Amino acid sequence: MKQPATSTGSQLAWVGMGLAAPAAFLLVVLYALPLLSLLLLSFTDYELGATALRWVGVENFQRAWNDPVFIRSLRNTLLYMAIVIPGGVLLSLWVALLVHQRTRSRSFYEVIYFLPVTSTLIAMATVWQFLLHPKLGFINAALRAVGLGETAFITDPAWVIPVLSFIGLWQMVGFNMIIYLAGLAQIPPDMYEAAEVDGVVGGWERFTHITWPLLAPTTVFVVVTTCISAFKVFDTVLALTQGKSQSEVILYAIYLEGFQYFKMGYAAALTLIFLGLIFVASSIQLIKLDKKAHYA
Amino acid sequence: MSASLKLTNVSKAFGQTQVLRQVSLDIQPGEFVSLLGPSGCGKSTLLRIIAGLIHADEGDVQLNAQSVMGLKPNQRNIAMVFQNYALYPHMTVRDNIATPLVMSRMGFWARQPLLHRFWPGNHSIKQEIEKFVMSTAKGLQIEALLDRKPGQLSGGQKQRVALARAMVRSPSVFLMDEPLSNLDAKLRVQVRDELSDLHLRLKATFLYVTHDQTEALTLSDRVAVMDAGQVLQYDSPQNLYQKPDNLAVARFIGNPQINCWEMKVDGLGRLNQGQWLVQGTMPLSAHSTVTLGLRPEHIQVSDNPSLFASDVDVRVKVRVMRVENHGPDWVFWAEPDVSKSVPLTVRASNRSLAKVAVGDSLWIGWALQDCLIFGANGQRLDINLIPGSTT
Repeated sequence: MKQPATSTGSQLAWVGMGLAAPAAFLLVVLYALPLLSLLLLSFTDYELGATALRWVGVENFQRAWNDPVFIRSLRNTLLYMAIVIPGGVLLSLWVALLVHQRTRSRSFYEVIYFLPVTSTLIAMATVWQFLLHPKLGFINAALRAVGLGETAFITDPAWVIPVLSFIGLWQMVGFNMIIYLAGLAQIPPDMYEAAEVDGVVGGWERFTHITWPLLAPTTVFVVVTTCISAFKVFDTVLALTQGKSQSEVILYAIYLEGFQYFKMGYAAALTLIFLGLIFVASSIQLIKLDKKAHYA
Repeated sequence: MSASLKLTNVSKAFGQTQVLRQVSLDIQPGEFVSLLGPSGCGKSTLLRIIAGLIHADEGDVQLNAQSVMGLKPNQRNIAMVFQNYALYPHMTVRDNIATPLVMSRMGFWARQPLLHRFWPGNHSIKQEIEKFVMSTAKGLQIEALLDRKPGQLSGGQKQRVALARAMVRSPSVFLMDEPLSNLDAKLRVQVRDELSDLHLRLKATFLYVTHDQTEALTLSDRVAVMDAGQVLQYDSPQNLYQKPDNLAVARFIGNPQINCWEMKVDGLGRLNQGQWLVQGTMPLSAHSTVTLGLRPEHIQVSDNPSLFASDVDVRVKVRVMRVENHGPDWVFWAEPDVSKSVPLTVRASNRSLAKVAVGDSLWIGWALQDCLIFGANGQRLDINLIPGSTT
C-alpha cells in the first residue's frame, strides 16, 4: 500500500474537525441547544402540560417589566448581593488572615469555618428557623434579655433579606476563607522580610503593601464566585420563607412562575433576563479586575 | 559610609533544633565577607539576625561598635538582597527602588494610597526620591527598565533591580542571601564580577551568604566556613585552601573534594604503609590515628615512575576506575594496585595527560609537603611530612 508523503491542507482540516467533533457535539447538546430552546420558549405562552403554544413576541418581557413580584425579586436580589458580596469577601479575608497565623490550631479553625459549606442547607435552615424564632429562639431570647424586645426576623419584610444575607454569609465565608488561605500560602515569606528591611512596619502597611496587592488574583476569583452564588440564592428562601413577607429573589420568582404556576414561557423569559444579568456582571468583573490583578 | 560589624556569641534555636551555636565574627569596615556552608548550616539565619528579621536567643550584634539588638531592620542602616529578589510584583521597577526612601522620608499618612497625591510637601520629597532612584538606576544601567513591572524582567534584570533597591538609601552594610543562585551559570559569573566591582565602588561592608565555594572564594576578603551552626574557620580564601583548620573545612573547600585516608602511626611515630614510610617534622604520637589529606590537583601523573618531577616523594601504580572530562582537566578515580589502599581522586591538566581511559594503568605521585595531616579530633596538625628513616 502506498502512503502519501504529506497530508494535504484539506485532509488536515478534516482530521482536525473530526477530533474536535466529540467536544463540539457535547457543547451543542448541553449548552447551545438548551439555551436556544430557552430563547424560543421565552417568546411563547407555553404552559407546562399544554398541548399547544402561541408565539407572543416580546410580551413576556413587557410583562416582566410591569410585574411587581419580579421587580421586587430583582430589588431583593440586589440588596442581598450588596450585603453578601462585600461582606463575603472582606469577612472571609479577615478570617483567613487570622487563621493563617495560627500554627497548631489552624486545622481546627479551618474545619469550624468550613462546616457550614459542607452541611446540608435544608437541615441548617431548620436550625436557623429555630434560632430566629420570635418566642423560642435563642437570638430573640438574648435580645429580650438586654431589653431590645423581640424581632420577627423571618416574617418582618424589613428584616427578612438582611437575615437571609447573614445566613448566606455564614454559609459562604468558610469556602472563601479556604481560597484566601491558598492565596496567602502563595505569598513568598521573603516578600515580608524585604518589606521589613525597606521600612514597611506595622500590620496595616504590611497588609496594604504586600498582602492585599499580592492577593489580588485570589480576590478577583472570590468576588466573581461570590457574586454568582449571591445571584443564585434560592435554597434559603425556599426553606425559610417560601417567598413570604416579600422575600422573593430572582430564582425564586422563576421557580414560582415555572414550577408552581406552570407558566413556562414567562419563566423562560425571566431566566433569560437572569442569565443576561449574570453574563454582564461577570464579564465586567473579569475584564476590569483581571487586568489590574495580574502583574505580568 | 561603611561600618564594622561584630557578632558576639550569637545563638539561636528553633524549637528543639539548635541552629546557631555561639557564633562570633568580626568584620572590618568595607570588608567583603562570605558565609559559606551547606544548606541548613545556619548561615541564612545568621544573616537574618544581623538584619533584625529574626531575634537571637543570646549574643550581641554590633554595628560600628554600637549594639543594634533593640533596633528594627529599617533602623539598622543595612540593606538586604534576597535569593528570590523579593521584588514587589504589583509595583513598577521605579516604585520598587523608591520604597525604602518612601518609607523613611514620608510620614505614615503622607504615603497612604490616594492621600499621598494631595499631601502637602509630598511633591518636593517625591522629586528628591526620583533623583535618587534615577542615579541609582543609572549606576546599575537599568534606567530603561524603570517603568516595567518585575514580571516583565529577566533574572539578571531582577537581580539588578533588587540591588538598586538595596543601594538606594546608601546603607553601610549589604547583606546578601544567595543572590546569584537563581541565575544561569553564565549570568552568574557576569553578575559576580559586577558585585565585585560594586563592592569596590561603594566601599561598603558586604556580607554574602552562599553555598557555592567558587562565589565565596572569588569574591571575598575573608570567608567564614559554617557547619551545623558553628563557624569552622574564618580566614582568607588562600588560607582556607592551603591551611584548613580542620578536616571539615578541607573537605568543603576545593573541587573535586580532597582525598582523605586514615593511617595508623606506628610505635616509632612513623606512618608506614607498604611502599611509603614517612614521619612528621615534629613527632607524631605513637599508635594514634591521623588522617592524611591530599588535593586531587596536587597529584602528578606519568607513564613512567622515573619521569616524575624531582619533588615527588611518593609514587604509586594505579588503575583508572572512572574518568570525567572537564575540558581543560581530567578528573579520574584511581585505585592503587596495592591492596587495602583507598581509591584516589586525581585532577590532571590535559596538557600533562593527553588521554586517559577506564582500565588504564599508570603512575601517580605527589610531594609529601602537599599532604595535610589531621589529628584524631579532625584538627589539622601544623607539621610537614618528610621521608621516614628506618632507624
